[in-house]
Amino acid sequence: MTFVLTLVLVPFLAGLVLLCLRADWLRRWVVITVTAAVCAWSIALACQPAPMDLGDLPVSRHGLNLGMMIVEALMGLYILWVGLRARHFLIVALMLAQGAVMVWFEGLAGADVNAGHALFVDKFSIIMALINGLVGGGICLYALGYMREYHTEAHRDVPDRRPLFFALLFVFMGAMFGLVFADDLPWLFFFWEITTLCSFLLIGYTQTAEARKNALRALVMNLAGGLTFALAIVCFYRDTHSLGLQAMIHSGHAVALLPAALLCFAGITKAAQCPFSSWLLGAMVAPTPVSALLHSSTMVKAGVYLILRLAPVITGTTVGMMVASVGGVTFLIGSLAAITTPEAKRVLAWSTVANLGLVVLCGGIGTSQAVWAGVLLIIFHAVAKCLLFLCVGVVEHKLHSRNIEDMSGLVLYMPRVAVMMLIGMAGMSLAPFGMLISKWAVLRAVVDACPLLSVFIVFGSAATLFFWVKWMGKLVEVVRPQTRVIHEISLDESVALYGLSVVTFLACLFFPLLSTQLVEPYVAGVYGRSGSLGQGNIIIMVIMMMLVMLFPFSFLSRGRGVKLVDPYLGGANVQGSSRFTGSGGAVENMTLQNYYMGSVLNEAWLSRVAVAGGVGLLAVMIVFAIL
Amino acid sequence: MNPWLRLILYLVAAPVAGGLLAGWDRRVSARMQSRRGPPILQPFYDVLKLWQKQNLAVCPSQNYYVLFFLLLVIFTGALFFAGSDLLLVIFALTTASIFFVLGAYKASSPFSFIGAERELIQMMAYEPMVLLTAIGMYMATKTFYVHEIAGHGGMLVLALPGVFLGFVFMLEIKFRKSPFDLSSSHHAHQELVRGITTEFSGRALAMIEVAHWYESVFLLGWVWLFFASSPVLGVVMALVVYGFVVLVDNVFARLKWQTALASAWAVTAVLGFGNIIVLSLQR
Repeated sequence: MTFVLTLVLVPFLAGLVLLCLRADWLRRWVVITVTAAVCAWSIALACQPAPMDLGDLPVSRHGLNLGMMIVEALMGLYILWVGLRARHFLIVALMLAQGAVMVWFEGLAGADVNAGHALFVDKFSIIMALINGLVGGGICLYALGYMREYHTEAHRDVPDRRPLFFALLFVFMGAMFGLVFADDLPWLFFFWEITTLCSFLLIGYTQTAEARKNALRALVMNLAGGLTFALAIVCFYRDTHSLGLQAMIHSGHAVALLPAALLCFAGITKAAQCPFSSWLLGAMVAPTPVSALLHSSTMVKAGVYLILRLAPVITGTTVGMMVASVGGVTFLIGSLAAITTPEAKRVLAWSTVANLGLVVLCGGIGTSQAVWAGVLLIIFHAVAKCLLFLCVGVVEHKLHSRNIEDMSGLVLYMPRVAVMMLIGMAGMSLAPFGMLISKWAVLRAVVDACPLLSVFIVFGSAATLFFWVKWMGKLVEVVRPQTRVIHEISLDESVALYGLSVVTFLACLFFPLLSTQLVEPYVAGVYGRSGSLGQGNIIIMVIMMMLVMLFPFSFLSRGRGVKLVDPYLGGANVQGSSRFTGSGGAVENMTLQNYYMGSVLNEAWLSRVAVAGGVGLLAVMIVFAIL
Repeated sequence: MNPWLRLILYLVAAPVAGGLLAGWDRRVSARMQSRRGPPILQPFYDVLKLWQKQNLAVCPSQNYYVLFFLLLVIFTGALFFAGSDLLLVIFALTTASIFFVLGAYKASSPFSFIGAERELIQMMAYEPMVLLTAIGMYMATKTFYVHEIAGHGGMLVLALPGVFLGFVFMLEIKFRKSPFDLSSSHHAHQELVRGITTEFSGRALAMIEVAHWYESVFLLGWVWLFFASSPVLGVVMALVVYGFVVLVDNVFARLKWQTALASAWAVTAVLGFGNIIVLSLQR
C-alpha cells in the first residue's frame, strides 16, 4: 500500500517543492533525485506480484475524499475564472454543467462514497506506471538542459517561469500515477481533471496569443470529456450502487454499457481522436518536453488506458464497433495528414494521433488478441515517440528549424542525434521491431473480429510507411557540405536520450519477454485466455531482428574496396556533388526536396473529414448506448 | 514436401528460374517490338559481368543498403516457401524494399532521389492490395500460414476473383513495369535516367538484379497459391500472369504518379475490398 501511495505522492510533493525553488542548481538536484527515485520505485513495483492486495488505506478515507473535493472545487473555480477572463463561454458552461453533475452525485451518494477499494494494481497498471516513471522521468531530466537553453538562447522573449514549469511536470506525473492505480471512479476522475488542468497550463506556458488560444482549445475539449466522465459516474452509481472501475468491468455490458460508452467518450477526447484531434496538434506550440510528455507517457495515454480497460465491457456491442471505427478513421486520416506536412513536430503529432487510433481500435474490438496488441502498441509507442520528440527538440535548438527538409544529411553533422532518431523511427516503422509487431497483431485481431475494419488499417499503414521512410531518407542523404556540430547535446539531455534509445532498443529486442511477463498475464487475467502470435512466428521474428541488427556492423568495413565518384547530375559537376554546369553554361545549384503530395492531399480538408466522421460515429455510439 | 527441402530448393532454384524469366521477358519484349532480342541467358551474362566490374559509389556506405535489400528479399521468399505466416512475409518484403529506398537516398543524386521517392509512392500504392490479398486468403481458408493455404483443397481464385485481379494489377507495380515504371525505367536515356538504380554499379547493381529474380519467383509463387489445389494449372497460370505483365509493359506508356496511386487505390478499394465485403457477408 505504502509502495503505491509513495509513487503517487512523491511527484506531487516534488512539484510543490519545485514551485518554491528559484536557484537553478537546487532545482537540478531536486529533479535528478526525484526522477531517480521514481524510476527505481516503479521498477521495484514491476517486480512485485500482481494483481496486488493493497489492504486498507493508512489514513481516513473520509478525510481524503473531503480533501480531494476541496481541491476539485478550487480547480473548478480556477477554470471558471479562466473561461470568464477569456470570454470563452463554452468553458464556463461545461464547467458549470460538470459542477452540477458532481453536486447531484454527492446528493445521491452521500456517505456511501467511502465503500470499496480506492486503489488497484494489476499488470496493466504496472506497465503504465513503468512507462510513466521511466519515460516521464527521462523527459523531466531532458527538460533541465532543454529549458535552460530555451530561455538563455533560443527564446529570450518568453518570460522565464521555470519553477512553475517543473512543478507542473511533476504534478502531471503524479496525477498519471494516481490515474493508473485508482479503482474508485471519483478518484480516477480527480486525477483525470488534474491532467486536464496541467496540460492547459503547460500548453499555454509561453503565453503568446497562439499558445493561449491552443491551450483554451485543449481545455474545452478535455472539459467535454470531463463532463461525460462525471455523467458516467452518476449513471453507474444510480444503476449499481457501486463506484469501482473493476466492478464496472466485471458487471458486463448489460448493466454498464452506458457508463462505459460515456467513459470511452472521455477517453476519446483525451486521446485526441477524431473529432478532437485538433487540440493535440495545437499543443505543439509548447516547449518540446511538454509535447513529449503529452504524446508519450501521460495525457493521451490516459485516454487509451481507460478505453483498453473498458474493452471487456464494450466488446461485441455496437458501442464497441463505433469506438473501433473512430479509432480506424483516426488512424487512416492521421497517417495521410502526416504525409502533407514538412514540419517535424507536426508529423510526429499526426503520427501519435494515428497510432492512438490503432489502440482505440483495439479497445473497441475488445477481444483478447486485440487487447494484447493494444497494450504492446502503448508500450512501443511511448518509448519510440518520446525519443523522437526529444531528438527533434535538440535538432530544433541547433538548426533553429523544425523543418524536415533542413535535416538533410543530419547523419553527418549531428551523428549521435541522427542515429538516435533513426532508432526511434525504426522502432516506429520497420518490420521486425515494436510497432510493426503490434500492427501485425492488430491486423490479425481485426480480421477475426470484424474484417471490414481492416480497410482502415491497410490504407493507413501504407501511408505511415511513406512519411517515415522519406524522413529517414532525408536524414541519411548526403548533399550539402556541413560542418559538424561540436557540442551536440548537454549532459542532462544526453542521459535522457541515451537512456531512451537503450530502452527502445531493449523493448524491441526483448519483446517476447515483455509479452510473457507483463502483457499476457494481464490479458489472461481479464479474458481467461491470452492473445499472442504463436511461438514459431516469434522465433522467426527474432531471427529477422538479428538480421536487421547486423546492418550497423556492415559499416565497420566502410569504404573498403570502393572507389568514390561524384553523382550524376545531368551536367558537368562543379566541386563535388551539389553544383553543376547546366546546358546554358551557367553553374546551377542542386536541391532535393521530398514529396508532400500537396496536389492530392490537403491537411485542412482531411481535418474537416475527421471532424465530420468523428462526430457522426460518436453520435451513433451515444444513441446506441442509451437505447 | 518437407519445409526445409522446399526452402533449400527455393534458395538454389529461384535465382535460376528468376534469371530465365527475366531473359524470356527481354526476348518476348524484343519480339513484340520487331527486334531479335538477346539470348535467353543474357541476364546471367550481365550479372557475371557486373560482378567483375570496378566498385564505384557516390557514398561509401550506399552498397550495404543494397546488400541488406538482397538478404531480406531472400529471407522473404524463404519465409514464403517454408510456409510461414503471410503477413510476416509481407512485412519482411516491405522492410527489404525500405532498405533499397534508403540506399538510393544515401546515394544522393537527384535521379536516384526521385527514384527513391517514387519507389515509396509505388510501395504506398501496392501495399494495401497486398495486405488485402493476405486477408482475403485468410477469410477463405481460416489461416495465414502459406503451407496451410496451399493444402486448403479448394480453388482459392473462385472465392477471391476480385482479390486475384487486384493482385495482378498490383504485380504490374511491383515488377516496376509500364505503366507503373515510375521509379526506375529500363532505359537510361529517359528523363529519369535509371531512377532508383542510377548511382549503383558493379556488384551492387548485380545484387539488385539477383534480388529481383528472387522477388519475381516469390511473387509468382503467390500467384500459384490462388490455384494451389491444382499445382500444374497453378504453374501455367503463374506463367500466363507473367506474360500478361510483359504484354501490358509493352502496350502502355508511363503514367503520372498521381494517376498511378489513385488507380491502384481505387482498384484495391473496389476489387479487393469489394471481394472482402462479399466474403464477410457470406460468413
